[in-house]
Amino acid sequence: MTTHALPAAADLEVRRAPAARHRFVAVGRTLVRRLVDIAVVLFASATLVFVMLQLMPGEPEDVLLRGIFEITPAVRAEVIQDYGLDRPVLLQYGQYLLGILQGDLGASYQIRKPVTEIIAANIGNTAALAGAGLALAIAMATLIALVSAGRGALASLVTQAVELLAISVPSFWIGLLLLTAFSFAIPIFPSSGADGPLALVLPAVTLAIPLTGVLSQILRERMDEALDLPFVTTVRTRGAGEFRVRVRHVLRHAVLPALTFSGAVLGSLLIGTAVIETLFARPGLGRVLLNAVIAGDIPLIMGVIVFGAVLFVVINSLVDVLATAVDPRLRIEAGVS
Amino acid sequence: MTRGLSVRGLSVSFDGGVTTVVRGIDLDLAPGECVALVGESGSGKSVTARALLGVAGAGAMVSADRLRWGDTDLRGLDEKGWRAVRGAGIGLVLQDALGSLDPLRRIGAEVAEALEVHRIGTRAEQTASVRRLLHEVGVPEPELRAAQYPHELSGGLRQRALIASALSAAPEVVIADEPTTALDVTVQARILALLGDLRRAGTGLLLISHDLAVVSQLADRVVVLRGGEVVEQGATRDILTAPNTEYTRTLVRSVPSAASKGRSLVTGDPLPEPPALDDDRPPVVAVTGVTKRYRAGARAELTAVDDVSFRLARGEVLGIVGESGSGKSTLGRIVLGHVSPDAGTVHVHGSRWSEVRGGARRSLRRRIQIVSQDPLGSFDPRYTVARIIGEALPHRTAAQRRTRAAELLRAVGLDDRHLDRRPSTLSGGQRQRVAIARALGTDPDVLVCDEAVSALDVTVQAQVLDLLESLRATTGVAIVFISHDLGVVHHIADRVLVMKDGRVVESGDVREIFAAPAHPYTRALLAAVPALPEPADSLPAERT
Amino acid sequence: MVVSAAALQTGLVRSRPFPGGTVVAVVAGAVLLVIVALAIAPGLFVQVDPLAADPTRTLQPPGDGHPLGTDQLGRDVWARVVHGAQASLLLGVGAVLVSLTGGIVIGVVAGLSRGAADRVLSRGLDILFAFPDLLIAIVLVALLGVSLPTLLIAIGIGAIPGYARILRSQVQLVRSAGYVEAARGIGVPGILVAVRHIVPNAIGPLLVLATIGVGTAIISASALSFVGLGAQPPTPEWGLMLSESRNYLGLAPWLGIWPGVFLAVTVIAINVVGRRLQRRFVSGAAR
Repeated sequence: MTTHALPAAADLEVRRAPAARHRFVAVGRTLVRRLVDIAVVLFASATLVFVMLQLMPGEPEDVLLRGIFEITPAVRAEVIQDYGLDRPVLLQYGQYLLGILQGDLGASYQIRKPVTEIIAANIGNTAALAGAGLALAIAMATLIALVSAGRGALASLVTQAVELLAISVPSFWIGLLLLTAFSFAIPIFPSSGADGPLALVLPAVTLAIPLTGVLSQILRERMDEALDLPFVTTVRTRGAGEFRVRVRHVLRHAVLPALTFSGAVLGSLLIGTAVIETLFARPGLGRVLLNAVIAGDIPLIMGVIVFGAVLFVVINSLVDVLATAVDPRLRIEAGVS
Repeated sequence: MTRGLSVRGLSVSFDGGVTTVVRGIDLDLAPGECVALVGESGSGKSVTARALLGVAGAGAMVSADRLRWGDTDLRGLDEKGWRAVRGAGIGLVLQDALGSLDPLRRIGAEVAEALEVHRIGTRAEQTASVRRLLHEVGVPEPELRAAQYPHELSGGLRQRALIASALSAAPEVVIADEPTTALDVTVQARILALLGDLRRAGTGLLLISHDLAVVSQLADRVVVLRGGEVVEQGATRDILTAPNTEYTRTLVRSVPSAASKGRSLVTGDPLPEPPALDDDRPPVVAVTGVTKRYRAGARAELTAVDDVSFRLARGEVLGIVGESGSGKSTLGRIVLGHVSPDAGTVHVHGSRWSEVRGGARRSLRRRIQIVSQDPLGSFDPRYTVARIIGEALPHRTAAQRRTRAAELLRAVGLDDRHLDRRPSTLSGGQRQRVAIARALGTDPDVLVCDEAVSALDVTVQAQVLDLLESLRATTGVAIVFISHDLGVVHHIADRVLVMKDGRVVESGDVREIFAAPAHPYTRALLAAVPALPEPADSLPAERT
Repeated sequence: MVVSAAALQTGLVRSRPFPGGTVVAVVAGAVLLVIVALAIAPGLFVQVDPLAADPTRTLQPPGDGHPLGTDQLGRDVWARVVHGAQASLLLGVGAVLVSLTGGIVIGVVAGLSRGAADRVLSRGLDILFAFPDLLIAIVLVALLGVSLPTLLIAIGIGAIPGYARILRSQVQLVRSAGYVEAARGIGVPGILVAVRHIVPNAIGPLLVLATIGVGTAIISASALSFVGLGAQPPTPEWGLMLSESRNYLGLAPWLGIWPGVFLAVTVIAINVVGRRLQRRFVSGAAR
């Protein structure tokens, strides 16, 4: 049997290498799919909001003017005009959609300002808070995971306990305690307002704590897992030290699930800022939304919902694109080879 | 100046010294030599290999009378000292390169890593080295491949890249732990040739393997391990043709091949001739012109099975061989009725799968059963063995089911005390027997074995193969034996189908086909299979 | 802030055994039982009326007949904290029941669908899941008005997309499990396969989900009450009490401590028990 010759390597083993161009195609396809998603969400949320308005008890103009004490005929006429309430429902819908596509999210009759203006005025503060909180959480979680992954039972126990506390204790209570300690007992940080970076510290820390707990759990567990994979042995046998193994190799594996999870994280983050903003009396979009709900300012709520929906979808899409950049295996799903 | 590895009395234990996994290993390896560590699972061969590089694991305690590489005493090394040795002095190649290379890093980066870590050469020089190394190990278009990721390469190319990455800092000794186990047989042949070249170029090669045939191709000397201890060692030819210990003899005897056909793999005694196939009776399975296509990606179409036909008679064993992607597994699923073909028909006992529904289909299902590679996934994790087998025995009382389950267990060589155990506590071989017992519970006419013994240790595999032979003889069940392992198929099958890319390239009596293959692919396949040397005291093999 | 349970729910995080784990779980279970007792029969633990205001004894520090002091209206803090357990647990369990119902229906349908229907449904669910559960809750409160029952429904519905997503992947997992295929292979009829294998193996993860979900719902409810969208004065509710304490932080810090302590302890206990259940009941790849 051994006298038969081995055929050439070429035809039996080599798979043709996919061209580099395919990678662009993959990213392109993902982008297109995401844009479709955004459009769908925009359309769906606008429709939902419109349907909500129609379904609520009472005439739409009364609903839209809820919470205002003096409803003059002039104001009434204004509302009817803005929303086309004297026309058939389908035309109202069309008018509403058209408005949204042109960037008009309606106007709050209580505050007497267009919704887009209110959002623009407040989004900065909220973004700063959310950004600072997220950055802090990522930094702390990464540090904890890098240090404690794969180190044995005691380290695992301690970190698990810390993480459990971070996610179980309500963050607004922690914020309250921090306020008591660092604003009243020892006045270091301002207890309210948004002036200056010092005012950002306590709110950002409060926001970051539960986030750190969850991210650290995910990162650490994935790192633990990844450290057991065969390729880590290979890397070690090349003479790499622990630092290189963790930072250059394993961290990337742990980041991916954390990244996919962060879509949900970001959503909750933005709502979490609402509570924190209330606690620290900080101006911001979250607080605006909450006040609107309490005051029954329907137009503002509607506008913020549509804005929020699109924002979340955009963020999720960005995260997805980022994920394909981090993990080349995902590019295959976009239809490369 | 001494060179190579020298080991005396190596012991490795875990859990603070409580569990000793490896004890008293003696080993010498000179550059240009190949020594093989052979054993089954649990023999400690992998642990030994890793201990030689200081990567045995976090809780491992390694001790030895002598553990020397060249002039360096490896026993007293701290982590920093080990890092200098790893990669530059001693290298490691693992199996399954998809998991052994970082899937998120490019090939070029992986190959260059040892150079970076040991600071050998400038960036430019390292890139050039990577290209040269990839070329030396036989990777075509090295610049292109270096920029790719592991999942973009085929299995063989990946393994070559892995070998390149272990060689980049030019270690004197390379430890290869099951380097060809996950590969197709033709690919395996080429990787073995590559390793042979390496050895001839002066690198010392320590080969860890469970596959005696592979070992016989490469190794100069063999060390047989069992339960963490050396059973015997010596020159390859001597050990494999005239072993001194009973265990090694059992090991060698368990390897299925042309020479073992018609004999028990466990005892070596000849088996009774299987009953002659009765051509007058209708075939148990009749497959005609079956084709199956799948969508692959956005636009491409993959033809998994292409116009395949065969017949299976009662009591016959039909082997289906092929490499990965040959379509043999898909064919198996079509025969079982799990997958419906795009063209062609499948008759089982006269009924067509496409024509039966509901209760009739369920009855037909019971006549043809599958034994797959990993039975654990097919067991409900909450069930005991008794319940698992019992599920295949409807229309009985609980007591009757238990009695019958016990009978079935005995038929597969297990006893009653296994009835109340959970599959997760059983060994691989025991699980496979339970799977066979369950399959027998439905009184099937056909057993489809899809790589049923591929994941088992060679002695356990021998037992299961013997079991299948005896079942065929006593119950007359027909077997479709799907495998990539030609030796196993040659041993157990009466007829064989050779598949490539979905088509049957050759079929017929197994002895005829394997002795004088007509199709070039079959010839290539057979040429690539490593064979054990003929035993010194054997009878001349049957050649008909 | 309520991302916590989501991570556990999506199966990204598992429970690792650690020394003394069983003891901790038992202790947590006991604590939980005490809190449930507080919720069911507060009268057993405290006789003072939580709504009884005494203008002469406002903002008294702990001691002298009021173990935890009095609040700004002279009400006994201990009594209010004990009665607060009822609101929180009712909200938590109620919201989870709503989420489970909706989540199971949608999740099972989506999980069992194939082909084009499957593709459409899963895209839809993915988009839906992009919405944070609290946003949906806030919107619902805006629609239905502010009160405890609407809070329950709002939080319950808000969490449905998350539950549906997990349940869908769970159903898909079990549907394609090896033992399901094996059971069909030996001729077991479809319904029996579902009853014997699919349902029992799917219940465990569901149980874990529900348990941890109660903790999440409790935090959500207290957070929304904190910002004024939930319980209204004078109801004793932990989140509301913390909100009310804000104005008196300098004068009466104990007002801001005890409701929070009870909240934290309750949720910690729930999470510990939930993780323990996860270890016990979630098997295979989903672990």
